[in-house]
Amino acid sequence: MSAAGRSRHSPAFRWGLLLLLLTVAGGLGYALLTLPDQAVGLSEQVSANMATSGVQNPVTAVLINFRGYDTLLEMAVLLVALLGVWSLGSAEVHRRIDPQPVLSLLVGGLAPLMILMAGYLLWVGANAPGGAFQAGSVLAAAGILLLLSSKRFPVRLMGWPLRIGLLLGLGTFTAVGMTLLFVSGGFLQYPSNLAGALILFIEAAATLSIGVTLAALFLGGRPQAGPYR
Amino acid sequence: MIVLQWVFDIMMLFALLWLAWRALSSPDLFTAIVLFIAFGLVMSLAWVRLDAPDVALAEAAIGAGLTGALLLSALARLNDLADITHDRHKSAAGE
Repeated sequence: MSAAGRSRHSPAFRWGLLLLLLTVAGGLGYALLTLPDQAVGLSEQVSANMATSGVQNPVTAVLINFRGYDTLLEMAVLLVALLGVWSLGSAEVHRRIDPQPVLSLLVGGLAPLMILMAGYLLWVGANAPGGAFQAGSVLAAAGILLLLSSKRFPVRLMGWPLRIGLLLGLGTFTAVGMTLLFVSGGFLQYPSNLAGALILFIEAAATLSIGVTLAALFLGGRPQAGPYR
Repeated sequence: MIVLQWVFDIMMLFALLWLAWRALSSPDLFTAIVLFIAFGLVMSLAWVRLDAPDVALAEAAIGAGLTGALLLSALARLNDLADITHDRHKSAAGE
């Protein structure tokens, strides 16, 4: 259908499109060139407050501590996206064809390593690049490989265990935030002596939820609780 | 060394533009998805060159890996749908 699309548009349309694109490109280039040399950012404030953040990696400090609210809402967006996919229909958990032996063998070796890798990325996120989203996506990749390679994915995991896994990140994040609202008087205002532990706690739950959510998105529908219809 | 970095950056820039153009203009959806995944991987290299390793990790894992997997699974579903409608048309014509 796209092959026919090449001749569908008139030359005037294509030249108009080119003109439009050039205008956008020119505007972007102009905006980029007129940027002030010294951008007014918040990096100085971030580095000034790193000592109270509980972590050594400024990216993690911003994501979970200084702007934790944004990350909380991102988790909610992920969950809403999955609910949207689930509302479209159901998906079979079972493969219709047997997986190739090479794939099974490969996944048998790779999946444990990937889960270990996810744990490492989560842990190292406190003082180096890494963190919940990276670890969660590696976990999701392991989940997708398992979904692809197993003829019979344990169906009993698709009911309540799956739903608890989906909600764990957002639930933990909100629960910690609300507790802090009553204890220290501000939503997600960590006391600096507990900040590191709380951040790791939230990130661990978030990693699990992100992994489960992304792998569930790959299924493309609400998993059927029972076997084949 | 500086010259080498410039050469690498410029090559990467043109590779990105070329991959993006091919991914958009490819008539075959499977090819387009594979090109998109390749684009994501080169893009994560670009993030590394821009000193943003956090974004590079996210781009490689989510942008290239998971989005690619999601697109491929969507394509498989599209093909299933096309098969089903095709079969229906055939059986309707046969009766």
